[in-house]
Order: sequence, then structure tokens, then C-alpha cells
Amino acid sequence: MIVANRKPLEEILEMIRPYKKILLLGCNECVTVCAAGGQREVGVLASELRLSRAKDGNEIEIREHTLERQCDHEYIDQIRPFVGDYEIVLSMACGAGVQYVAETCRSKLVVPAVDTTFLGVTMEQGVWSERCQGCGNCILDKTGGICPIARCAKSLLNGPCGGSSGGKCEIDKEVDCGWQLIIDRLQELGQMDRYEEIIPVKDWTTARDGGPRKRMREDLRL
Amino acid sequence: MTNTGSNIERILDTGGFVVTSECGPPRGADAGVVRKKGELLRGVVDAVNVTDNQTSVVRMSSLSACVILKEMGFDPILQMVCRDRNRIALQSDLLGAAALGINNVLCLSGDHQKFGDHPQAKNVFDIDSIQLIQAVRRMRDEGKFIGGEEIKGKPVLFIGAAANPFADPFEIRAPRLGKKVKAGCEFIQTQCIYNLERFERWMAMVRDRGLHEKCAILAGVTPFKSVGMAKYMKNQVPGMDVPDEMIERMKGVPKEKQTEEGIKICVETIQRLREIPGVRGIHIMAIEWEDRVSEIAKAAGLLPRPQLP
Ligand code: SF4
Ligand code: SF4
Repeated sequence: MIVANRKPLEEILEMIRPYKKILLLGCNECVTVCAAGGQREVGVLASELRLSRAKDGNEIEIREHTLERQCDHEYIDQIRPFVGDYEIVLSMACGAGVQYVAETCRSKLVVPAVDTTFLGVTMEQGVWSERCQGCGNCILDKTGGICPIARCAKSLLNGPCGGSSGGKCEIDKEVDCGWQLIIDRLQELGQMDRYEEIIPVKDWTTARDGGPRKRMREDLRL
Repeated sequence: MTNTGSNIERILDTGGFVVTSECGPPRGADAGVVRKKGELLRGVVDAVNVTDNQTSVVRMSSLSACVILKEMGFDPILQMVCRDRNRIALQSDLLGAAALGINNVLCLSGDHQKFGDHPQAKNVFDIDSIQLIQAVRRMRDEGKFIGGEEIKGKPVLFIGAAANPFADPFEIRAPRLGKKVKAGCEFIQTQCIYNLERFERWMAMVRDRGLHEKCAILAGVTPFKSVGMAKYMKNQVPGMDVPDEMIERMKGVPKEKQTEEGIKICVETIQRLREIPGVRGIHIMAIEWEDRVSEIAKAAGLLPRPQLP
């Protein structure tokens, strides 16, 4: 899933300072799972905003609404009947959702209430961590199922570097060394011979470096 | 056998023992600083590494400082990290270095920018150190860029890399060197050695794989200036292995004698390293302490250096 973090209240207050009528829009997908922008977070943020603005004697009207998804026209269309009643949309979806709402409701200013961070997993209640950088050409088959691009701080394809120490990365004693994980896994799988193969330079055209990406399935198009 | 003009290659070819050291370029545009550091190493080393924005702190470019040292008669080793440049920039600088008469390159991944003075920077890591070795080798021997196009005027460089026998996982360290050798690496400079026992175990693994015959191992040493520095190296520098008895030894002498003790330890380490089969040279790293290198080399019996025509 896409993992996000809610922005600090101060930053959000600053974004919406001139406005009095706000549509606060949650999303029921990833940001709900990572507790950043689902229905519950919409409720919490709305009360925080109301309270804070009331304290400043600058009351605010907030409509709370959570869509099934903000990355699909089908759902965004549901706000069309009432979005015009508000001065600004404060979206709690990931960056993709924020942009898609903005594209759909062109007359409205749409601003983000969360910082979108990574593609990751829920490790335990309240803990998420990164797993993939969407490079567009997956090499997990070569690295014991652990991604060196996302999980090595230097995205080394032939690691580990000389800073790997006690299973941790040189950048932080709290961060696992991705290459230690790869080697442990290759060992478990009896695939250490794989390590000896040099992984050649990567073709990054399938990643962000190749420009904005788009995928099309002719057979699915209407 | 290629002939790169590298002093390291020439000494190795005659079965000699190599001595290298480092020069860290200044955090400014003053060429005089480089010359001053160079003067301290005159007659003491066969080749001198020039670091590339070491610990991710912005400094005069490695290539510029290499040229200044070259003009002084040194044989510089251009350090190149993959952190700041993509394959286009790296290959371009390799061509430029060869054109300016640089004979050696040291291929490194580079420290993460987190440690430097611009931790907010975006890093590159388009390719890694092993891929860089492969690229230089191909450029030199096959006259081909990474992209496959032909090079008109091959960059003739002697190719080195680093190895850290003290990083984890230990069992991967010799295989990793094997990958560097397979990629085309011709000499290796190791991380500073304090734990000789572990280094010897690593060397045994290196010899088992026959890597020491394909690639010259230059053993790295760094003198402690004080017990504080020894502790810092032990606790704060990732991938550094300083045994407790070294700290105890430094602690055991009064403060004003610690510098001398640090140098003594360094000299003894060099003497032991010279006895290890497969060690073909010593790399003395004393950044911002270049004035002590000649004293260490002399005490360790590494002087005079061979006169190369
Ligand atoms: S190799 Fe690419 S696609 Fe596969 S997990 Fe890593 S970043 Fe994602
Ligand atoms: S310590 Fe491990 S994860 Fe960190 S940069 Fe080095 S190889 Fe990558």
C-alpha cells in the first residue's frame, strides 16, 4: 500500500488560513490502512481545525466526507453536487488522490493534508515500513525477494557496502541493512551462488527517470 | 598486461611493495593547501589518493586536486564515488582524468550524504562501485561506453577499489572482493586495520579464492592521535573494528604521550601486515595529519621509495 503521514496541524492551518468553508476529504484505501487519512482521521483533523480556529475567533465550516477512493473518477464524481459550496478542498488522500481530485474539480483549490511517503507494509499495529520504489523492472528474483533499491540506503545492486555493521545500515543504527537481509535470505534459500553474480547496471527508463509513466491495457479499454 | 603508467602497477610488476597515502582536498578553492599537503608526502609514497568529497562534505573536486598533485610530480589516485554523479558524469570525468594524465582510479560507492554538510541533498547511486569498476575496465580494454558506443581515445587507467574486511556480514567480505576482481579491479585498498586477527582470517579467505593473485591488496592503516579518537573510531564509525586492547593500550599512556603511542601502534601494525602473504602494499590514511605519514613510513622501514624512471 501507499503509506502517508498526516501533516502537522500548524502547516495545515497555514494552508487554509484565508478560507472559511472547507471540504475535508478522506480516502478509504491505503491512507485508511496506514491511519493517515481515513474516516477516523478526517474526524480527528476536523475537530482539531475547528477548535483551533474557534480559539482564534475565526470560526470555520467543515464538511467531512470520505470517498471509497480518490484515485478514481467514479468516486470523485460523488462530490460534484456539493463541492461548489466550499472554498477549498483539503484532501487526506495520497499525492495521487489529491491531484486527481484537483484534476476533476478544476475550479477548486485542492491542498494536501498528508505527506505521501512510500510503498510499504504494516509491520505491526502502528508500524509501517518501505518495501518498493516502483522501479518498473522488478529484480526480486535475483535478490532473495528483498529489494535492494528500496531497502539499501544507497540502492546498491551489488552490496553490501563497507558501512554495514551488526545487521544495521551505516545511516542509522535503527535501520536494517537491506543487504544483510538479502544475504540472510539467500543463505536460507541455499542460493548464495547468486550473490557471486554481478548484477549489471540497471536500465532506469522504466523508473521515474524515464519520465511520467502510464500503463495501458487495450483489451480492457472501452 | 596493460601499461597504464601507474606507479602502483609498475612497482607491482617488478614484485615490489607499494606505499600509498591520502590527500583530502580543502573546503575551499586554495590550491596552496593541496600543494602544502603534497609537500609533506614527497618521497614518502608511490601514489596518493585524492578523496572525493569524503564523508559527503563538499570539497575541492578530486580531479582538480589530482591535477595539482600531478603537476608536483605525484602519481595521484582519483577517488570516484557513485553518490553524486550518474553514469554520464562519471564516464565524462574518467575521460577527462585520463586526458589530464591521471593514471589511477579508485571506484567507491561513497558514504551516504547523511554524514556530510548537505544531508538534505538528493543522492544519485545510478550505478554502484562494482558496476563502476566494470565500466572503467570496459572503457579501457574494449573502448566501449556503458551505453555500448565506441570510445575514440580510450582512458588508460589502473583500476582500484576499496574493501572493508571489518564490515558485516563477515562471510560475504571475501566473495564481495571476488565480485570486484571479477568486475576488473586490479588493486584494493582496505579499511583501516586494527583487528589483525580478523584481517588475517579475511586474507586467508582471499587467498583460498586466489584473489590476491589477480588483484593487489594494499592494507590500510590509520594512526590514533589520542584515546578519544580511538574510542570515536570504535563507537561512531560504521564498519570500523577497534579491539578493546588497543583502547586499553592508548589509555595506559599519559595524554601527552598518546600521539607517540598511536604512531607506535601504527608502525607495529604495518610490520605485522608486511608478513601476511598476499599483502602487496600499505595504504597510510592520515587525513589532516599528513605530516606524520613520512615519520610512520620511515619507522616502519618503508623508505626510501623506489626511484621509477
Ligand atoms: S526491484 Fe523495483 S519493482 Fe521490485 S521491489 Fe524493488 S523497486 Fe519495487
Ligand atoms: S549499510 Fe547496507 S543498507 Fe546501508 S547503504 Fe550499506 S549496503 Fe546499503
